[in-house]
Amino acid sequence: MAKKTMIKAITDALDLELAHDDKLLVFGEDVGKNGGVFRATEGLQEKHGEDRVFDTPLAESGIGGLSIGLALQGWHPVPEIQFFGFVFEVMDSIGGQMSRFRYRMDGSRHLPITIRSAFGGGAKTPEMHSDSFEGLITQFPGIRVVVPSNPYDAKGLLISSLRSEDPVLFLEHMRLYRSFREEVPDESYTVPLDKAAVAREGNDVTIVTYGAMVRESLKAADELAKNNISAEVIDLRTIAPLDVETILTSVKKTGRVVVVQEAQRQAGVGAQVAAEIAEKGILYLDAPISRVAAPDTPYPFAEAEPDWLPNSNDIVEAVKKVREF
Amino acid sequence: MGKIDFKAILATENNFPEQQVLDEKGNVVDQDLMPDLTDDQLVELMTQMVWTRTLDKRSTALGRQGRLGFYAPTAGEEASQLASNFAMQPDDFLFSGYRDVPQLVHHGLTLAQAFLWSRGHIAGNNYSEKLQAVPPQIIIGAQYVQAAGVALGIKKNKSGQVAYAYTGDGGTSQGDFYEGINFAGAFKAPAVFVVQNNGFAISVPRAKQTAAPTLAQKAVAAGIPGVQVDGMDALAVYAVMKAARDFAAAGNGPVLIETMTYRYGAHTLSGDDPRRYRTKDLTAKWEERDPLIRMRNYLTAKGLWSEEKENAVIDQAKADVKQALAEADAVPKQKISTFLENTYAVQPQNIQEQIAAYKAKEDAQNG
Repeated sequence: MAKKTMIKAITDALDLELAHDDKLLVFGEDVGKNGGVFRATEGLQEKHGEDRVFDTPLAESGIGGLSIGLALQGWHPVPEIQFFGFVFEVMDSIGGQMSRFRYRMDGSRHLPITIRSAFGGGAKTPEMHSDSFEGLITQFPGIRVVVPSNPYDAKGLLISSLRSEDPVLFLEHMRLYRSFREEVPDESYTVPLDKAAVAREGNDVTIVTYGAMVRESLKAADELAKNNISAEVIDLRTIAPLDVETILTSVKKTGRVVVVQEAQRQAGVGAQVAAEIAEKGILYLDAPISRVAAPDTPYPFAEAEPDWLPNSNDIVEAVKKVREF
Repeated sequence: MGKIDFKAILATENNFPEQQVLDEKGNVVDQDLMPDLTDDQLVELMTQMVWTRTLDKRSTALGRQGRLGFYAPTAGEEASQLASNFAMQPDDFLFSGYRDVPQLVHHGLTLAQAFLWSRGHIAGNNYSEKLQAVPPQIIIGAQYVQAAGVALGIKKNKSGQVAYAYTGDGGTSQGDFYEGINFAGAFKAPAVFVVQNNGFAISVPRAKQTAAPTLAQKAVAAGIPGVQVDGMDALAVYAVMKAARDFAAAGNGPVLIETMTYRYGAHTLSGDDPRRYRTKDLTAKWEERDPLIRMRNYLTAKGLWSEEKENAVIDQAKADVKQALAEADAVPKQKISTFLENTYAVQPQNIQEQIAAYKAKEDAQNG
């Protein structure tokens, strides 16, 4: 056991699974000798060989097709899309092909592929690096979308994803890569897919969130506690399909909900969470469901990030409003 | 000024002659390219082509009667489709486009399943474990990037197979077409890519796709060999495809083959009328080049083919179609609960709930 960053936890998960599963293949742009643009695959090629960890030509669609083909030959592909803003180049492979493969072939074939990709704001990246496009993929049945919020979950969720028989999109928030450390076991362990976590228990309001907004929500909860407001924070972890049961259990207890996402209000999964609560838990509610999200503009120019991205103050404000309703 | 002669560069880059073994009458024009096929194999190849011509006629009629659904006619492309497929091994991995159902059927898909695919029934896509193929690809180009992946998987498995994929002339304009051949080239993966150039992508003539005078030369962009072949000449298609397979299987990397062919029918039966964009004269010209005429003449002269043999194949094809239709008709109606069950290996909450709801609905309908 040692304190590790999320990026180190991810590297460890890949390292352990490369050793555990001799069919696992890690590939993408610069993931080999270079160890990845964020060092997520550092040392893996040296340790596991060029046959297992390798670079590809610069073409996301080709990487998607390569993954599907390798899976059809019994391999377990773990491709990387360098930044998730580049997903549009590979949208057919993900949404048009791999997500529907098991269904399309009546269960006679399946694709155990885990796509890793970096996203998320706060690092002042150039255009199309930080966008939260996860909502696009959550609309495709057949693929899971997993977004860890901390090093412990990142390792356990990634190992679960790598062992899944179905495709998983594993989205890694850039701001979480190295911003904090926490205790992560050295050995292999799993965190279940399709299962949300109660990141903090509370009684007065439920904050449902994921990714970098989990930290902001916990910060907001600390702030709210000073005002004697007890907030429960639900970290979705798997954002598609949703763990509605865990959300409803919490809402039943608190009667108030704020859904928090970094994506724009018209994007992300906030609306889906709100709709599920409205359909299945409206009688638990003492106030309308509130959402904290980014403005409905394209992702901001780097210098405007602090003004544009949702933060703990926005969450505190939203919670106070649903409390005072 | 003018030290670089662009016109001269263009002239040297455009040298991709069309390979041919049999002329339109069935005379051998290139003995060196003549493939090494036994009499039985020659007869089998001709049998497949005649059988498929009959299948096309019956499928078109059945489509018009509403007994089949989506159908893309194949008449005219028998040499391109079947001679290329004939050059491959049974365990080679086939990626077909939506017009390439004949290759799939001759690679091991049952005809009943092909009909179910046409109708839109999941049973048409439940592939037996040994069938090395996936269902016909609707997204033009996707099969090319996937074929590169299968080829790399084969190379890693050292299994000696080859992946082969088909697209049309219009498909060469897609990004995935280029990425597929380029990836296979960069990984030196055993793949054979076939472009069936029938002159039209729905209504758009081949000249509107690219300024390149051949499609085979697009291989140059990937640094792999490209060959143009007379796609109405079964022996030339077979010879080139077989050589490409041997080349790829030996670890030399992929090959791109362009077959010059024609479809006598419409693009699909879904409302396309080729009279809007093709002249009668053009079709008549290609009918003289019919792949069946030249193989028939060639084999008859060798004493391997006769009218009786051909009629027997046609009768067999009709009987096979009848039998397959009966099998397809007997397949139970699809259930939404089965679709839901096939969406994930481990059912998440929403799927569990919906399975329960649809099962209740289905039970109520049956009871």
